[in-house]
Amino acid sequence: MSTALVFEPAPASAATREVRAEVRAFLAKETPGGAFGPQHGAGTSRYDPDFSRRMGERGWIGMTWPKKYGGHERSHLERYAVLEECFVANAPLWFHFIADRQSGPVLLKYAAEPIKENLLPRIARGELCFCIGMSEPDSGSDLFAAKASAVRTNDGWRLNGRKLWTSHAHQADYMIGVFRTSPRTDVDRRFGLSQFLIDMGSPGITTRPVLHPNGGHEFNEVTFDDVELPTKNLLGEVDMASAQLTSELAFERSGPERFLETYGVLRELVALAAENPDARAAEAVGRLSAQLHVLRQMSLSVAARLEAGEEPLLEAAVVKEVGTVWEQALPAVARDVAALIEASDAARESFETALRATTLIAPKLTIQGGTIEILRGIIARGIGLR
Amino acid sequence: MPEGGNLIVEMAGRLFRDLADPQTVNAATDEGWRDELWAALEETELTRAWVGEAQGGVAASAQDIMALAQLCGRFALSVPLVETLLAGRLLSLAGLAPPPGAATIAPATLKAAATYSETAGLAGSVGGVPFLGAVAWLVVVAANGEGREVVCLVPADAFTFDPQASLGGDAQAKLQLDGVRPEAVGILPLTAPPGALMLAGAALRAGQMAGALEALVEITTAYAGERVAFGRPIGKFQAIQHALTRLAGEAAAAVTAAKACAWTLEPGGSPGDTPILPVAAAKIRVGEAAAVGAGIAHQTLGAMGFTGEHILHRFTHRLWDWRDDFGSEAEWALCLGREMLARAVDDYWPALVDQADPPVVESAAP
Repeated sequence: MSTALVFEPAPASAATREVRAEVRAFLAKETPGGAFGPQHGAGTSRYDPDFSRRMGERGWIGMTWPKKYGGHERSHLERYAVLEECFVANAPLWFHFIADRQSGPVLLKYAAEPIKENLLPRIARGELCFCIGMSEPDSGSDLFAAKASAVRTNDGWRLNGRKLWTSHAHQADYMIGVFRTSPRTDVDRRFGLSQFLIDMGSPGITTRPVLHPNGGHEFNEVTFDDVELPTKNLLGEVDMASAQLTSELAFERSGPERFLETYGVLRELVALAAENPDARAAEAVGRLSAQLHVLRQMSLSVAARLEAGEEPLLEAAVVKEVGTVWEQALPAVARDVAALIEASDAARESFETALRATTLIAPKLTIQGGTIEILRGIIARGIGLR
Repeated sequence: MPEGGNLIVEMAGRLFRDLADPQTVNAATDEGWRDELWAALEETELTRAWVGEAQGGVAASAQDIMALAQLCGRFALSVPLVETLLAGRLLSLAGLAPPPGAATIAPATLKAAATYSETAGLAGSVGGVPFLGAVAWLVVVAANGEGREVVCLVPADAFTFDPQASLGGDAQAKLQLDGVRPEAVGILPLTAPPGALMLAGAALRAGQMAGALEALVEITTAYAGERVAFGRPIGKFQAIQHALTRLAGEAAAAVTAAKACAWTLEPGGSPGDTPILPVAAAKIRVGEAAAVGAGIAHQTLGAMGFTGEHILHRFTHRLWDWRDDFGSEAEWALCLGREMLARAVDDYWPALVDQADPPVVESAAP
């Protein structure tokens, strides 16, 4: 009878408030140089190794990991506060963020001890960039159609095939990639995939840019041509990556980046409306504020459950579903509200810049990290329809 | 059910299952169930759950009261329990002991206002008062002309009103207060606009609506799993699955929003301690979820759900009613938007974050 969804409020804590204040002060110092800032809108200056090192120095990468591996043993809620402030400020996190969010936790769980001791402290110091090799030309939403192969050799594995739409592959030091090690079976179509740690400097790897429609370089095609890997670079169990991938997604799907990618246009709408607030604009800002507040509470609720050691996959999918639909619609809503606001040329220009940037990235928000259709399938299963 | 470990909610759950089952109530040919249910609510002191101990009540926590409101919504409860809780709370905040019997509160809309003075008594015209005509007492919150809110206890036979009915068929009335003399008057603690009743009322209505939305998820997914068309349960069709996923997401947002404003129901030290953001956001977001959710539920249940025989209307019609009580989405959005725009642009985000949680209480040195 009961619905499976659980969203309990996350507890507020002094530690979270403190770290949030520290991050705000840090970002305020970083911003005046003009390297980034909310006024630049989304999608600019997203990648800055020096910034990542400064984040690492402050202990804001690998925050929840064991100290033994360079982590800081802080809570998921403190990490949430750090990320949220960074995303709102449009800080350039992407050199370290994929490793912080996904690759690090995967290594912690599945990598051999020497790999953990070598790589995790360097990730936490902001020295390493990771990419995720999942999608392929014929395998996007249907991850289990992956064809790129890993074949056992005398002293390890040999990789062949292509990965596509791989974010930051051209900048990454390492990839965690999914490769076919056995054919899938009639009984289990998820069988036969394995996860590997791949040094992007390995001979046989070619990376080709796949540009965004506006010319931005984020995606790549990565070709593997007889790339040799040592045995220890297999992560977890051979042929059983599907289960490993599922638990990775609770971390990947529920964070504040799942509703804050277009925040820049809301900020500029607020700036525009604040000059001369009429009822239509005030009502719209009130609604958007309410919606954003509730998304934050949902995402925080999932962070609190991660902190409790749970894997709230279903709730994480709900956060991403509701969150990405909201952030995707935000530029169009803001545009409509802004149209009738009387404002100065300067505020108007600033708004238009953010509007253009967010309008252009909006389509990808319900595609990346699991399309909205896939998420709805997961939720449908969760509420008992499949 | 809301999370357990909570005696009040467990007790209410048992009572509602026994005496307020939506199916039974919907099929009832007379109103006898109401008296039986109300007697049980009084006997178990659930009606006094939010009255202070000094006034002879249970003084339950804000979280318990929110969970109770949510449970009322899950049953589409159509007796004035939430209204009686609010009345009891307001009276006891002003140091008055609530009398036994069902009560309601006024005003229940953001537009209406009442005034009180010792010389002229109450004044004002107040529409949409829930359950008026089905209660023994009315509790009016009025401005006293000296910058304070007063709470006024009025017996239900002390005034005249125009009976109306809500969309859900519950008693409702428009009330003319001019010249009405309260039986007791007390001063409420200072609360930020739009006032103690509007904030608490909106929070608890949001809780009821969140509960009703959870019920819609249950009713609709159960139906989609049973109803066969084109040779299979309609829940197997992707179009239906995606619609119900959206309903589940909206219900989740509503539950989150309501629970996240429960803390504001505890009295703050000063008016500034309780920002309007959590309550305003809850009423706005839950109202939006109600519109989407009720639409999806009706579409999924088809003609079956568009009959008096099915219980669906008990939930959807009340969801539509409750959207307007204690401030609609648009009204709260205007309040909240003006508030958020009244500060420097760089303070917008910090305000959104910092007002979401209770203010820090410095712990005393050991």
